[in-house]
Amino acid sequence: MFRFLLGRLGLLIPTFLGVTLIAFSFIRMLPGDPLELLAGERGVTPERKAQLMKQMGFDRPYWEQYLTYLADIFRGDLGTSFASKRPVLDEFLTLFPATVELALCAIILAVSIGIPLGIFAAIKRGTIADQAIMGTALVGYSMPIFWWGLLLIILFSGVLGWTPVSGRISLLYYFPSVTGFMLIDSLLSGEKGAFISAVRHLILPAIVLSTIPLAVIARQTRSAMLEVLGEDYVRTARAKGLSPFRVVGLHALRNALIPVITTIGLQVGVLLGGAILTETIFSWPGVGKWLLDSIGRRDYFVVQGALLLIAGIVMFVNLVVDMLYGMVNPRIRHH
Amino acid sequence: MGILEIKNLSVEFDTVAGPFRALDGVNYSIDPGEVLAIVGESGSGKSVAMLAVMGLLPNTATVTADKMMFEDIDLASLNTSQRRQVIGKDISMIFQEPIASLNPCFTVGFQLTEALKAHTSLSGSQRQKRAEELLESVGIPNPKGSLTVFPHQMSGGQCQRVMIAMAISCAPKLLIADEPTTALDVTIQKQILDLLLTIQQDSGMALIMITHDMGVVAETADRVVVQYKGRQVEEADVLSLFESPKNAYTKALLSALPENATGDRLPTVQDFAKELTDAGISLEGVSK
Amino acid sequence: MSVSPEAKTLPQTTENPTKEVLKEFWYYFSQNRGAVIGLTIVILLILMAIFAAFIAPHNPDIQYRDSFLVPPVWQEGGKSAFILGTDAVGRDILSRLIYGARYSLYIGIVVVFIALTGGIILGLIAGYFRGIIDTIIMRVMDVILAFPALLLALVLVAILGPGLINAMYAIGIVLQPHFVRLTRAAVMAEQSRDYVVASKVSGAGHLRLMFRTILPNCMAPLIVQATLSFSNAILDAAALGFLGMGAQPPTPEWGTMLSEAREFILSAWWVVTFPGLAILITVLAINLVGDGLRDALDPKLKRS
Repeated sequence: MFRFLLGRLGLLIPTFLGVTLIAFSFIRMLPGDPLELLAGERGVTPERKAQLMKQMGFDRPYWEQYLTYLADIFRGDLGTSFASKRPVLDEFLTLFPATVELALCAIILAVSIGIPLGIFAAIKRGTIADQAIMGTALVGYSMPIFWWGLLLIILFSGVLGWTPVSGRISLLYYFPSVTGFMLIDSLLSGEKGAFISAVRHLILPAIVLSTIPLAVIARQTRSAMLEVLGEDYVRTARAKGLSPFRVVGLHALRNALIPVITTIGLQVGVLLGGAILTETIFSWPGVGKWLLDSIGRRDYFVVQGALLLIAGIVMFVNLVVDMLYGMVNPRIRHH
Repeated sequence: MGILEIKNLSVEFDTVAGPFRALDGVNYSIDPGEVLAIVGESGSGKSVAMLAVMGLLPNTATVTADKMMFEDIDLASLNTSQRRQVIGKDISMIFQEPIASLNPCFTVGFQLTEALKAHTSLSGSQRQKRAEELLESVGIPNPKGSLTVFPHQMSGGQCQRVMIAMAISCAPKLLIADEPTTALDVTIQKQILDLLLTIQQDSGMALIMITHDMGVVAETADRVVVQYKGRQVEEADVLSLFESPKNAYTKALLSALPENATGDRLPTVQDFAKELTDAGISLEGVSK
Repeated sequence: MSVSPEAKTLPQTTENPTKEVLKEFWYYFSQNRGAVIGLTIVILLILMAIFAAFIAPHNPDIQYRDSFLVPPVWQEGGKSAFILGTDAVGRDILSRLIYGARYSLYIGIVVVFIALTGGIILGLIAGYFRGIIDTIIMRVMDVILAFPALLLALVLVAILGPGLINAMYAIGIVLQPHFVRLTRAAVMAEQSRDYVVASKVSGAGHLRLMFRTILPNCMAPLIVQATLSFSNAILDAAALGFLGMGAQPPTPEWGTMLSEAREFILSAWWVVTFPGLAILITVLAINLVGDGLRDALDPKLKRS
């Protein structure tokens, strides 16, 4: 187990260096002069430009710039946003809880619905129920989620008027951020109706963001279950006279979950990519919207920093998932 | 009256290519304490028959029989939850691939105590103790420590011992062993067969041994049923079968034993094609 | 290069077995009702794209000044000339959707071509030569996979500049690692097989071994992945278009149409609904075909 993890970590270091290299090259690969890009439309005088070039180190050789960049990263300095003049890392940390809250709710939805649906479809293989579930899952898997979000807004906000169109909570409520998670903060605030308002704001974006992971998890669970149900050890469990609930829910599911956990881990990238679209549609103040807005206003240090942080998060979560994988798989745990 | 009485058992599978008859009107009868061997090559329906008794066939299978009695229980009339009261307790089964037959995600102890939990009223600590005794009785060294071990940490032979311990945990009246030694090393095969026979003699249970190996038959069985392509071709006690096989296929099978080889080449069943055809057995398939 | 003696025994060099394989493939594929439906829709889409000029009732770019935001024909206020209504500047939505099929299919083809060729070449090299080249290629792929696909595509487009062509390059690069991994795994699995060893012994060169001997035998997973990438490419390109980073207005690309329609979401539902529906149907049809291909080509999943 320890060696398994060590191996994974060993693979992570070159990958992380690669990620930093991409983030580093990003600004230097943008068409045109980096400084003029960074200065935006106002432009700079030649003297000021030369001064800035020197100050920011753009006049030194690339390898030296890269090493400086790496050193900055390890000091937690990811540059400064041109738009807000605030450090990129600070901005990210303010906005990140909103994205985490959304993504967590989405993945909880996806797992808690997707896995039971997949199991059910596998047990009922070939029946109408199986075909209906798998058909719906394929529709979900094929869904352009930005359109799906708009459709839900038309229906639930426009026609039915049940949910608000944007934001995290109604403007009527104001309370300090404690955890950064609106659901928890609204409860802590003690204000009447605040929690309900937060839920109503969260529900549509969470459904939209969970759509593709839900479909993928349901499909993967079904195929893993089908494979496992044909295994000899499932027959052994049946031969013991155990109840179907125990045979399927314990003996089969325990094994089928091993590949499903990997699949769930892979959804982190899907969630963060989907967050860009979902947050944009629902004006959800998270890192996805921040990133897209920054691309729009050419705030490239923000884009660079976000690129690094998001890739870092994906890698970190994948490492955690690998650990989980090792823990649920005795063949790795007891090597 | 036998402990298991089966008359005219047939099994048909639904396949993409249409129905396939895997078993065609076979009869079995076994007495308490008896060892019955069912012999045949793959496709003879020998496993299918016993899986039908256990109720372990997939949904695509249709089982029909004139009679399917275990003691005074009519197996054919049981619903699935009633059948679960019988299998794993009074009838149990071990399989060909011991490693694949144990769940890789659970410890040996967990899997061993499961049937006890389902079929007996033993308490947790009693079950633990019983599991330890069972492992000891099947010759696992360090039984207590082995309870917390995962199947992949054991050898194939040890896994089969665990399977046997699981199968006998509720003191069954009938144990079905489906090719229990085929996947094992030759040196281990003999040990497992001896273990099965010792347990059978000590407990007085009936044992059905499914095998393709005439050597195993000679060593273990009281009585033999020979099957070919889903049909029963001969039934006899073991001595008369080896001394004077009546059916052409049985003769062919016996001639294919290495001991009976003449010259530098081992005869196969194909070498007896003419005799078999004369006897009404087609090598192309009996039932298609 | 001399003709190697075992070439005759390779399945793809004799004609009849190929025919047999195709027949068997079609048998399994046609067993899957969803896949056949998907294939039918895909064929219809292709025909629609090719004959757009004949099918479309209007020129997709003409703005009818007297018909802004006309609802679909069955709704009150609809006009029979505009079956699915018009958009904010009076263009016929149905005609734009029909022309839009061209862009989606074009995007799919180009992206899969980029990802597939690049992926196969890198995967073959990595799997065939192993060692340091393999390590470098695979680590680079790991780096690409560490980013969410849409994020990386967005950033690449920011570097290359917004536009359909650049969006396609970006998506092609993002989808490439899957092909590299698949090809590499297949090559490594095939390499120890007897027929490869036989080719090697009889003195086949590296290129011949890689492309003529090994590659045809690991096509099945690649074909399935190509189909899935095709639908992914359409989705991602539409997402980029929606975010304003893909095809630019007035191109009738479905994602771009959606992006232009966003402000009318609560006032003119049809402007938003139909382009998305077109994306969904197309992607769904291709995924149905992909599932059918996987079931028909993957012997492990074949029904017995």
